[in-house]
Amino acid sequence: MSKKRIIVVGNGMVGHNFLATMAESEKASEFELITFSEEPRLAYDRVQLSKYFSGATAADLALTTESEYDDSGITYLKNEKVVEIDADNKTITTSTGRIEGYDKLVLATGSYPFVPPIPGKDQDHCLVYRTIEDLEAISASAEVSKTGVVVGGGLLGLEAANALKEAGLDTHVVEFAPRLMAVQLDEGGGNLLRHKIESLGVSVHTEKNTKEIVAGEECRYRMNFADGSHLETDMILFSAGIRPQDELARQFGIDVGERGGIVINDYCQTSEEDIYAIGECALWDSKIFGLVAPGYQMAKVTAAHITDTLVNLKTPELAFKGADMSTKLKLLGVDVASIGDAHGHTAGSQSFVFSDDIEEVYKRLIVSADGKKLLGAVLVGETESYGTLLQLMLNDMDIPGNPAALILPALGDEAPAGLGVTALPDTAQICSCYDVSKGDIAAAVQGGCCTMGDIKGATKATSGCGGCAALTKQVMDAELEALGVEVNNDLCEHFAYTRAELADIIRVKGYASFKDVLQGHGKGHGCEICKPTIGSILASYKNEYVLKDDLMPLQDTNDIFLGNMQKDGTYSVVPRVPGGEITPDKLIAIGEIAKEFDLYTKITGGQRIDLFGAQLHELPKIWEKLIAAGLETGHAYGKALRTVKSCVGSTWCRYGVLDSVSMAVALEHRYKGLRAPHKIKFGVSGCTRECAEAQSKDIGVIATESGWNLYVCGNGGMRPRHADLFATDLDDETLIKYIDRVLMFYVRTADRLQRTSVWLENLEGGLDYLREVVIDDKLDICGELENDMTRVVGTYQCEWKTTVESPEKLKRFSHFINAAEEDNNLLYVRERGQRRPATDNERIELVELTAEKH
Amino acid sequence: MTDWTNICSLEDLVPDTGVCALVEGKQVAIFRFGDGETVYAISNYDPFGKANVLSRGILGSIGERPVVASPLYKQHFDLTSGECLEDDAVKLEHFPVRIENGIVQVSSAA
Ligand code: SRM
Ligand SMILES: Cc1cc2nc3c(=O)[nH]c(=O)nc-3n(C[C@H](O)[C@H](O)[C@H](O)COP(=O)(O)OP(=O)(O)OC[C@H]3O[C@@H](n4cnc5c(N)ncnc54)[C@H](O)[C@@H]3O)c2cc1C
Ligand code: SF4
Ligand code: FES
Repeated sequence: MSKKRIIVVGNGMVGHNFLATMAESEKASEFELITFSEEPRLAYDRVQLSKYFSGATAADLALTTESEYDDSGITYLKNEKVVEIDADNKTITTSTGRIEGYDKLVLATGSYPFVPPIPGKDQDHCLVYRTIEDLEAISASAEVSKTGVVVGGGLLGLEAANALKEAGLDTHVVEFAPRLMAVQLDEGGGNLLRHKIESLGVSVHTEKNTKEIVAGEECRYRMNFADGSHLETDMILFSAGIRPQDELARQFGIDVGERGGIVINDYCQTSEEDIYAIGECALWDSKIFGLVAPGYQMAKVTAAHITDTLVNLKTPELAFKGADMSTKLKLLGVDVASIGDAHGHTAGSQSFVFSDDIEEVYKRLIVSADGKKLLGAVLVGETESYGTLLQLMLNDMDIPGNPAALILPALGDEAPAGLGVTALPDTAQICSCYDVSKGDIAAAVQGGCCTMGDIKGATKATSGCGGCAALTKQVMDAELEALGVEVNNDLCEHFAYTRAELADIIRVKGYASFKDVLQGHGKGHGCEICKPTIGSILASYKNEYVLKDDLMPLQDTNDIFLGNMQKDGTYSVVPRVPGGEITPDKLIAIGEIAKEFDLYTKITGGQRIDLFGAQLHELPKIWEKLIAAGLETGHAYGKALRTVKSCVGSTWCRYGVLDSVSMAVALEHRYKGLRAPHKIKFGVSGCTRECAEAQSKDIGVIATESGWNLYVCGNGGMRPRHADLFATDLDDETLIKYIDRVLMFYVRTADRLQRTSVWLENLEGGLDYLREVVIDDKLDICGELENDMTRVVGTYQCEWKTTVESPEKLKRFSHFINAAEEDNNLLYVRERGQRRPATDNERIELVELTAEKH
Repeated sequence: MTDWTNICSLEDLVPDTGVCALVEGKQVAIFRFGDGETVYAISNYDPFGKANVLSRGILGSIGERPVVASPLYKQHFDLTSGECLEDDAVKLEHFPVRIENGIVQVSSAA
């Protein structure tokens, strides 16, 4: 049987989602998938488009890669627009003249920005906001502009205004309607939003109808309004709504709606049975859905329909039944949410309003005539209850108690009003982006998932817009508890606390020894889990010499001899090479020492040099020589700062804009010796080319023309994670202040052996919350965090220097306490001019020899 | 009659840590458990990691049993019997050990 050919016109978010669903389907092998993209690249995340202005690149936004498509067997043609459909012969023709036949055709052509027919709208600096190319044009225009106007005060318009503001323009929003976000918000909500946005420095002009755009006097253009007033600006961004891209359907005889949109039925079929339309170009029940979640739902329905109709019809049909258009978002830093019937259009509906001018919070609930069901809501300034309210509405649940309680703030100790996730039915949709229900999450938990990361991997929940994170976590925790897994976060059998709790206890009580902590809060004798954990916390706060008698027993395999234990029980030696910068003299010293002790020598992945194969009794001698040559310990053995990788930066590189080496060296010296829940790595790059790979580090710093960009919580290793852009254009002082705070907050709150990447992923509230804590000092702890760091910086010591100067401590550095002999189990072979441990096979001989001796 | 070998003074053993001693050709790991006079001795050889390293492991308790965790792959060995808690089939040699006038003594007769 030959494969059925599926052609997808448009490789946007929904087209891609459809292709991915098809490629993952059990029946994938029965289909040949081909997609045409008018854009020069494969699908990217349009929802996150604005991130482009805060540093995200096209690659960051990409939803897929060409090699992923190659691997899934999807044929793609970029820069190739489909211009003709021949539904009778089932072929399409493209802009390059290519003709392809199909069995099923899927139109996923999205929409285009509507530009009102204003005379003068086609000038150079009159732009729109939809594609990456648009953003490039906006950036270029912003560079030569001082003032910018966004036409349209809807959701996208405000997002665009934010972009202009971030680009440093004097920003205005011009809206035709009497208020902002007229579709989603009522008057009270719209007014508060306007007030908040204006206080951020964006001017809002409502009830303005632009008549013409002419040459300006002070600025490039002047917009003349119908009421006789005018506004001067250097650039104009139109965001006056979207129109479905239905041109193909219109031209080639497929039904479209009166006001545009390709008409589809519940299976997303158009008036032509073998042609489907999905996403923003589709019109279902006279409605266009301008959000991504309904588009994904259509993609799912279509994939199910195509795979079933072509094979057999066993599974129950999946149909598109409309979608909820509730939204929650942050616009210009203001939290805004709209749920269901936000305007109270339902007959007999009643509303409750809560308005707090001081805290700047506005909430309105629309409830049914009998007051039992929630129909809609508007929330501005505070949207915490969004998840709860949405679930109440979507699941048609009875409002528990008095509806007003749902929007009143919690007073005193009272628990905030709401309902627990346990009350939700299994079918309740938790993640709308990926259509994940409460039941799906429960099943994932039963299948062994117990962290947010696991859930994300298993169900995809939270991996779209991320809006469902809080609710997903609540469902996960409730399920874990229900399973009796008794969300046990106890560190081990000796301490019924989490690492974060122990860190608080130790900090607040000022404990300085394991014994005190165990007596006060634990039981038994301790173990290899709690001892190093508490040893590390003590080190983070007290920063005493780790081999002090009462601290030594807490140190793990590597710390206890200040070296990394290798497979044969010998150690490696890693001197610190701050920022990767090293003098020839130090290199020679390292070389000579390595030669003298016949140490296997290797450049590490962290820009320094590792010397392997040192025996216990050799360690102090080696370090004595290294210290004499001006080197110090590299803490390669510690859960501590490892390396600050740098690129050569502006000192030598023709592209460097700041001195990345000096910054790397300074950072490495500042944080060296800091013990943490896990190891910490930094990278500093001198420009955006990023030769130091800072975005794969726990702390990444990248130079820009206007200061340092700070990235946090990246990871290489087993599960790589790109660091998140945390703050931009920082001066040296602010950069260090933020790093101090982020690291100490990590030290306080992370779990044992949790890298910053996993920590952030599990941090409730995520990156935004971290910013609130570190930048806005929401918890009022930044002073403490900085003091804690200052103490660590001020008490640094090279542990090896302290050790080689202490005869007492040196006694331990011999294999036998009662004999000068060496370990007779060590055996080496020479390879490429250096020694390495013998393999098991190479050893056999030796074992026989020793056996003979007995 | 047990043949005791003098190893070192009790003071040489930092509370809650171990050392390795050479006793008639055998590598013996000696541990001071707590800060008193409780000492244990088992073989220093880690049969999983195949290296002489057990004296460098962390001491602790699992339930009521005093144990050392191997510094290589963290298996636990009972200090009183040499039994491996993770693998019934593995049991290390353990040795009589005592303190006489502040001196730690071990007997190689297992
Ligand atoms: C020596 C070195 C390999 C080399 O020859 O290049 C190395 C060696 C070890 N790495 Fe590594 N890692 C080395 C660079 C890296 C890098 C690259 C980097 O730093 O840019 C990574 C990925 C980057 C990252 O960490 O995000 C890396 C990710 C790991 C991981 C995975 C961590 C993770 O979060 O996924 C482990 C396992 C762990 O820490 O639990 C690990 C663990 C280890 C251990 C400690 C394994 C062990 O328990 O014995 C190795 C012993 C080090 C020793 O004996 O000195 N090593 N390791 C590198 C030392 C760099 C240095 O100068 O300190
Ligand atoms: C700035 C911005 C912010 C947004 N924020 C949100 C949000 O927070 N939440 C949310 O749910 N939604 C948001 N949206 C809307 C969301 O991006 C869309 O709903 C989604 O992208 C629709 O997907 P689609 O595949 O239907 O269309 P698109 O992603 O537009 O893809 C259509 C693709 O088809 C191509 N195409 C068109 N005609 C042809 C042809 N003839 N031949 C070949 N290719 C063709 C187009 O070039 C385009 O690449 C936002 C949109 C923008 C612009
Ligand atoms: S990141 Fe930039 S400054 Fe640094 S070496 Fe690369 S190109 Fe040069
Ligand atoms: S709702 Fe968008 S990721 Fe879950």
